[in-house]
Amino acid sequence: MTDTAQPLPNASTMSQQSSRIAKRYAAERRFRLYGQLAIGLALGFLVLLLGSIMVKGLPAFFQTEVELEIHFDPQVIDPTGAREQQTLSSANYNALVRQSLTARFPDVTGRRDKRKLYGIVSSGAPFDLREMVLADPSLIGQTRTVWLPASDDVDQFEKGNITAGDGGRISDQEAEWVRSLRDDGVLTGHFNTRFFSSGDSREPELAGVWGAAAGSFFTLLVCLLLAFPVAVMSAIYLEEFAKKNRWAELIEVNINNLAAVPSIVFGLLGLALFLNVFGLPRSAPLVGGMVLALMTLPTIIIAARAALRAVPPSIREAALGMGASQMQVVTHHVLPLAMPGILTGTIIGMAQALGETAPLLMIGMVAFIVDIPGGVTDAATVLPVQIYLWADSPERAFVERTSAAILVLLGFLILMNLIAVLLRKRFERRW
Amino acid sequence: MNAPAPVMAAPKMAARNVDVFYGDKQALFDVELDIPTNRVTALIGPSGCGKSTFLRCLNRMNDVVDICRVRGSITLDGEDIYASSLDVVQLRARVGMVFQKPNPFPKSIYDNVAYGPRIHGLAGDKQTLDGIVEDSLQKAGLWEEAKDRLAQPGTGLSGGQQQRLCIARANPVNPEVVLMDEPCSALDPIATARIEELIDELSANYTIVIVTHSMQQAARVSNYTAFFHLGKLVERDETATIFTSPSDQRTQDYITGRFG
Repeated sequence: MTDTAQPLPNASTMSQQSSRIAKRYAAERRFRLYGQLAIGLALGFLVLLLGSIMVKGLPAFFQTEVELEIHFDPQVIDPTGAREQQTLSSANYNALVRQSLTARFPDVTGRRDKRKLYGIVSSGAPFDLREMVLADPSLIGQTRTVWLPASDDVDQFEKGNITAGDGGRISDQEAEWVRSLRDDGVLTGHFNTRFFSSGDSREPELAGVWGAAAGSFFTLLVCLLLAFPVAVMSAIYLEEFAKKNRWAELIEVNINNLAAVPSIVFGLLGLALFLNVFGLPRSAPLVGGMVLALMTLPTIIIAARAALRAVPPSIREAALGMGASQMQVVTHHVLPLAMPGILTGTIIGMAQALGETAPLLMIGMVAFIVDIPGGVTDAATVLPVQIYLWADSPERAFVERTSAAILVLLGFLILMNLIAVLLRKRFERRW
Repeated sequence: MNAPAPVMAAPKMAARNVDVFYGDKQALFDVELDIPTNRVTALIGPSGCGKSTFLRCLNRMNDVVDICRVRGSITLDGEDIYASSLDVVQLRARVGMVFQKPNPFPKSIYDNVAYGPRIHGLAGDKQTLDGIVEDSLQKAGLWEEAKDRLAQPGTGLSGGQQQRLCIARANPVNPEVVLMDEPCSALDPIATARIEELIDELSANYTIVIVTHSMQQAARVSNYTAFFHLGKLVERDETATIFTSPSDQRTQDYITGRFG
């Protein structure tokens, strides 16, 4: 640099300095640019990912439906007129749909053609009719126009995902029928409430995420109830009470290692211990929650310890100096101040658990389950496993449902993060 | 300053042969010191001489430090405070502490002062508690400034007010001894003057031990001064004696500013 012996910088050193300054500015600009590029790249990928999922998944929120004139024929539903529950629920509602379709297209004859015609409407449509009759038996004998779900192939054809003809899943003839129905205004897309209210199904047009969402809810509930108290107590003990000796170090190292264990290992542990030794029910949110709790524990412990450590020691000293017991120091001062951090860590751990698939495969939460679970011991699956199952299904209509389920999962994750931010804001106290 | 007799019949606290270790490092060597009742004792000495360590031994705040070991005996009214039968929480209620950095709880001013009575069950009803809070803030000279903002956070006060709040907070527990660890080092001269006045007033009822880096402060507020150097208690005498005719050369050097 400048020679200290020289009292004043001469012309050459001045220019040297200004060139150094220019270089420094350039380096700083470059450095900032790298940062901006990195953020741009990350955001770009995120937008690409979300965009592609949305483009694929949003159509699944709409389902093609057909409006049919259904005559609730007493001869078909309840020939004896006794209106017994048993008769009503086992009646051949399929015949009503067929009658209606035959009436709509009277010129279709021949068994093969008729079967194709009946295929326009979902095989789940008769169940809708049954629900209607069971809810209101006075319908019998009346004629109503009812919106019934179209079959998945018609739905996909309407959305332009498959084309007619060439031995595809929709023949030219079927396409003709669909066009005729559409032109009459009785075949159109409606908001797919079924997707949000029903469980899984082999028929894509009948499949929904609600069963998986309920499974996720129960699983996370068990996970939270187990992991949160255990993790917070461990963290408090380790930070506030345990002596800092070799044992504490050993425990700390092991907790950190535990956080790095692949999640499927926890699944294997759950299979070996919870299912095989304790005999807990398979595919149940109870076991899923227990396994995920094991997986989430280290995350919450580490976050909680960091939050406790961030509480200034002066607060502890102040309370101790007042004659507060160690427990009072923790419960009155340290814990309330650490709560925002602990809650944030907990929700991050829960979000992780919400997105976890592998360990749940091991304990049988990957089964095909149609019923909505009503408790923690009912067989259930969870959202990410549902996504995995649908992604594996051959039907074209499951492609968009897979993306739609991902959107639902992302929605839940965003919701949880939002809660984390709100909780932090709510509990944050400055000192 | 009132001039008490140099040798007290029964000191409030007495340290005998106190050695303190942090791990392998010895921080205090064989300290013997009497803390006279209702007097202000100042602990002075260069940084790292062990005066804060000694102060923290007096209410066992060093217990919090895992690697800290204390040997020897320290008594409060003749009772060994390191005896296993003694409850450390009660000890700290009897021997209160004010810290270097004002550390009010991140709660309201009211709750800060009410915390001690609450945890020690000293106030049965709200009225009694209100009275205690007002009384304590009065004694700490904070009432006029704080009476209209009792519900506001204590952390919103100025540094000097915060330190007075910390003193007010220690008050309702009725400590017999108040330890002050450089209570004015983070304050401006005006706030310092107020705290010093307060110390003077408090010394009527409390035994006060104050660690300070300021020689002038020691001279102003204390009755007795103990000079620590390199973990050893070099000299302890009446403040006037220490500052005018110290018997040890090291004390002489320190108070005249030759080192430290």
